[in-house]
Amino acid sequence: MNYFPDEVIEHIFDYVVSHRDRNALSLVCKSWYRIERCTRQRVFIGNCYSVTPERLFQRFPGLKSLTLKGKPHFADFSLVPYGWGGYVYPWIEALAKSRVGLEELRLKRMVVTDESLELLSRSFTHFKSLVLVSCEGFSTDGLAAIAANCRYLRELDLQENEVEDHKGQWLSCFPDSCTSLVSLNFACLKGEVSLGALERLVARSPNLKSLKLNRSVPLDALQRIMMRAPQLADLGIGSFVQDPESEAYIKLKSTILKCKSITSLSGLLEVAPHCLATIYPICPNLTSLNLSYAAGIQGSDLIKLIRHCVKLQRLWIMDCIGDKGLGVVAKTCTDLQELRVFPSVPFGNPVAVTEKGLVAISMGCPKLHSLLYFCHQMTNAALITVAKNCPNFIRFRLCILDATKPDPDTMQPLDEGFGAIVQSCRRLRRLSLSGQLTDQVFLYIGMYAEKLEMLSIAFAGDSDKGMLYVLNGCKKLRKLEIRDCPFGDMALLTDVGKYETMRSLWMSSCEVTVGACKLLAKKMPRLNVEIFNENEQEDCSLEDGQRVEKMYLYRTVAGKRRDAPEYVWTL
Amino acid sequence: MINFEETELRLGLPGGSASDHGELTLKGSGGKRVFSETASVDLKLNLSSNNDSASVSTTTEKSKEKTTTVEPTARANDPAKPPAKAQVVGWPPVRSFRKNIVNVQRSNNEEGEKSGGGVAFVKVSMDGAPYLRKVDIKLYKSYQELSDALAKMFSSFTIGKCGSQGMKDFMNETKLIDLLNGSDYVPTYEDKDGDWMLVGDVPWEMFVESCKRLRIMKGSEAIGLAPRAVEKCKNRS
Repeated sequence: MNYFPDEVIEHIFDYVVSHRDRNALSLVCKSWYRIERCTRQRVFIGNCYSVTPERLFQRFPGLKSLTLKGKPHFADFSLVPYGWGGYVYPWIEALAKSRVGLEELRLKRMVVTDESLELLSRSFTHFKSLVLVSCEGFSTDGLAAIAANCRYLRELDLQENEVEDHKGQWLSCFPDSCTSLVSLNFACLKGEVSLGALERLVARSPNLKSLKLNRSVPLDALQRIMMRAPQLADLGIGSFVQDPESEAYIKLKSTILKCKSITSLSGLLEVAPHCLATIYPICPNLTSLNLSYAAGIQGSDLIKLIRHCVKLQRLWIMDCIGDKGLGVVAKTCTDLQELRVFPSVPFGNPVAVTEKGLVAISMGCPKLHSLLYFCHQMTNAALITVAKNCPNFIRFRLCILDATKPDPDTMQPLDEGFGAIVQSCRRLRRLSLSGQLTDQVFLYIGMYAEKLEMLSIAFAGDSDKGMLYVLNGCKKLRKLEIRDCPFGDMALLTDVGKYETMRSLWMSSCEVTVGACKLLAKKMPRLNVEIFNENEQEDCSLEDGQRVEKMYLYRTVAGKRRDAPEYVWTL
Repeated sequence: MINFEETELRLGLPGGSASDHGELTLKGSGGKRVFSETASVDLKLNLSSNNDSASVSTTTEKSKEKTTTVEPTARANDPAKPPAKAQVVGWPPVRSFRKNIVNVQRSNNEEGEKSGGGVAFVKVSMDGAPYLRKVDIKLYKSYQELSDALAKMFSSFTIGKCGSQGMKDFMNETKLIDLLNGSDYVPTYEDKDGDWMLVGDVPWEMFVESCKRLRIMKGSEAIGLAPRAVEKCKNRS
């Protein structure tokens, strides 16, 4: 089949970068499989239990960059009990033994220990990039090991991790010889860092483009840092509180004017509203603004700030901006592509956002393709309007704080609204539903959402038919997560082969029974069907008729995992 | 202002604490908690009949906390009910990391607004007065000074016994009962937790830190607050 020598094919394959395309290449023929596997450098594993580390590096000896995801998505919302799994240590251990030249490791929802970080830091001489998202299990000691031992470190990016602060000076562990940093994000750390060490580190990192500080870094330190790094493109501010009369504040105002290359701003973890005006000069250059952790900013100040942000493409804010504020966003940020509006108070701010804000956005921002929207209420009419105005949605996640609320104007379920979304947005890949919903919405989803890959459902549907519409209709479905819906055994068992085409299925507080799960596990040996049995009684055995509280199943070629805790029963 | 206390989930004894709101109470504990709320409530009413025994679930995490599920006593979409209904684990779907950070920041900011920069302006309302005032409680060093200032501020609105002497009398508990029985005024304040408290119980510094706003209530309306002061009087005499 090969018309070209291998070297030429390899060269061509260099241009094929996306994981999916490379996976497709490897299926064409044996020789392409061989060439592809030898040249593959970046591998993405969406479920760390789907394959063993050994299999990974046996197939891809040239591995340089690995992305691993661990716990199911609903672990983010406390639905997965402690100790479920997702440990990275076995991976690092195996890769260290294998002599793979790992340079980049990206982990999401995994348990990372200090030992793993130490092993990582010592095992791969050319290690360059560590990105940890929503991970836990490690402390600043592990970070110290990374800082001290990874001589060519370019990126240390910690996003929303639970990190224990051991009050060691981890930042001081970066040796003087370390001058290669491009990206440093420690915004999620709760403890203090040595400000002197931080400033010196920034001073000797001429390539530093992205710096995200934590709360402990005060405004005067920020000013000194920005002086040393005028080349910064992405800045996360820690503490932004200062007396406007103070020297530090005055210096900051002039320093900011020099930082013309900042296009992305985040943080403001601690902020005094009067300080915000100093940021206005940067705002016209911003394409990305994340104020979703800036609890100190009121709606009116947010609006004032946003009026300056005419080039914004990505905006993450809290719902205190209000519908009016979203109207301002719609008028100002006409290039907006991604919007996330988070609740500022657990059950929402009483004067926060409703369907009106979303409609305003859809009218002003036709390029919008990604949405995460926590609101008090939504109407079918609004969703239909949004669907018409923004047909380009790739991700559409709507969370109505009152999970089963109908359309308040008509008291109807939101079936028609979401139906309009899936019918209009042909490129939709991810969808999260909420509000009162019947089986009808699933009929629409099955019919129209041809590209849908991930679907999150809560408190919706009337019967098994709902789930079946989705399983039958959405050919590209990879991840399905369902909670508190009346879907049962019939829906689960009708098309068992479907689950091998998907990454995973999560069902909690539904109507599925133990017997059905056992049957499924028996029929499909390449699925791990896990049931979480959280009953304290030791001697309780699972009877077939018993309802399953939590079930997580996923395809795997690694077999039953050996690190499952007691409450996980792999059938 | 949403009252967090109302919506907080707390541990109670099995079967014992199904309160009026159908709330579950969970004691906070030290150590790592994965669940911030641990009740799992089924909001689909047509499933509720299956739930009674099968849905008793227990967390098996380190502290071995027990939970029981509770039937919701209010429909989820009843607009008249405030958020004081049974809470659901993991809803709204916000990462615990985010929830924790934002909640901590909100309380820090509220504190910061008071103790930052040495000013602590709080609103002061007086029942019957046409408008509110703001006072910087950090300007004063004692309850006495505060009550003098308030008396001056509201002197134009008061009728009857609430001159500066009347206000001073409130700080004096032995006269409290007499004054409460009349149509006079009682100073109260809202603390950090959102509770309405009688002014004067705690040391002055503690008061300044926790006071969010002041309300000078009509004595007849303050009866609910009075028993605590009455108890104190009884205990001391």
